[in-house]
Amino acid sequence: MAETITIEVARYRPEQEGEPTLQSYEVPFNKDWVVLDALNYIKDHVDGSLSFRWSCRMGVCGSCGMTVDGEPKLTCATFLSHYHPGPIRVEPLRNFPVVRDLVIEMTDFMEKLQSVKPWIVREDDPAPAEGEFLQTPEQLDQYKQFSMCINCMICYAACPVYGLDPQFVGPAAIALAQRYNLDSRDQGEQERMDVLSQHEGIWGCTFVGECTEVCPKNVDPAGAIQQYKLAATQDWFKSFLMPWSKR
Amino acid sequence: MKPSTAYSQYHPKWYRTRVSTLWWSRKWSYLKFMLRELSSVFVASYIVILLLQLHALGGGPEAYLEFQQWLKDPLLVILNGIGFLFVLFHAVTWFNLTPKAMAVRLRGKRLPDVLVAAPNYAAWLAVSALIVFLLMRQG
Repeated sequence: MAETITIEVARYRPEQEGEPTLQSYEVPFNKDWVVLDALNYIKDHVDGSLSFRWSCRMGVCGSCGMTVDGEPKLTCATFLSHYHPGPIRVEPLRNFPVVRDLVIEMTDFMEKLQSVKPWIVREDDPAPAEGEFLQTPEQLDQYKQFSMCINCMICYAACPVYGLDPQFVGPAAIALAQRYNLDSRDQGEQERMDVLSQHEGIWGCTFVGECTEVCPKNVDPAGAIQQYKLAATQDWFKSFLMPWSKR
Repeated sequence: MKPSTAYSQYHPKWYRTRVSTLWWSRKWSYLKFMLRELSSVFVASYIVILLLQLHALGGGPEAYLEFQQWLKDPLLVILNGIGFLFVLFHAVTWFNLTPKAMAVRLRGKRLPDVLVAAPNYAAWLAVSALIVFLLMRQG
């Protein structure tokens, strides 16, 4: 018989049990399989009641974030062979309420994301017919890294500040705010600053730096937040020394 | 969670895990962060000692001699030794963080992290060398 590997999956069925329990499954050990392939194998061949989110299976959609052996990971980019001979423990993302099995409740993140206006804000708001906003490759380069975020929430699962204080706006939302602030076409920096200069905004961050470590897209949210803090401080000094000047 | 999450308001039961008090002991990077936070206590203790030293200096030669004797207490030497290690740790991690907070660009390209951190170390070295020079000249 072909080699197998044990996957210990956290199950939570609110109609049956008060807290999650672990259930073990044997799956074929294929060296080109990722954890998500193993979960899909379980769903298709062993236990159809297992619930988890996934979509693109290629690191673009950001749906399949889970805790694999204690670390938040995109399961579509986490190979079984890395954990050989196993067992591999798969749990839902930390710091979020669990709805069922590996499915977490993400409304909190969605609201925070919206609060920082992650879109191009224009004061003049010209009609599309007036033409496009031009941008040089250098200007694109300013924010490109932060635009790689896929909203997978893995940084929220790694952030102890968010775990301890759910009011914290969190790494991805701040990185995306910075992505639009650094965009040459955007004029919404002040509006975002009003939200993010609050205690629950950038100042909630104590720079643990784990968000950057775990990010599957190398977005560096920790860097974005610290750069934001620097900008906010300079802003404050400017308004303190030159109260007559408007930014 | 805000009350506006109306569509999920009547969800039967979510399971929420509590963050354990010892969350920082689970991982080296978390522990390193906590040690860094703790280092602030030792930085503060250095400042207190410095203030005491200035106070003793103001009190005349006798008071200063007494202060120097007090500094030689083995317990204080050990405490200062531990404090020194923490302050060193604080300084090194602080300098290593600067490239994260400052995205320095030169001709449109972002400078590598090493080049942003290096001037900090250079300044540190220069100040240390100056202090050593002043101490040697007196001794």
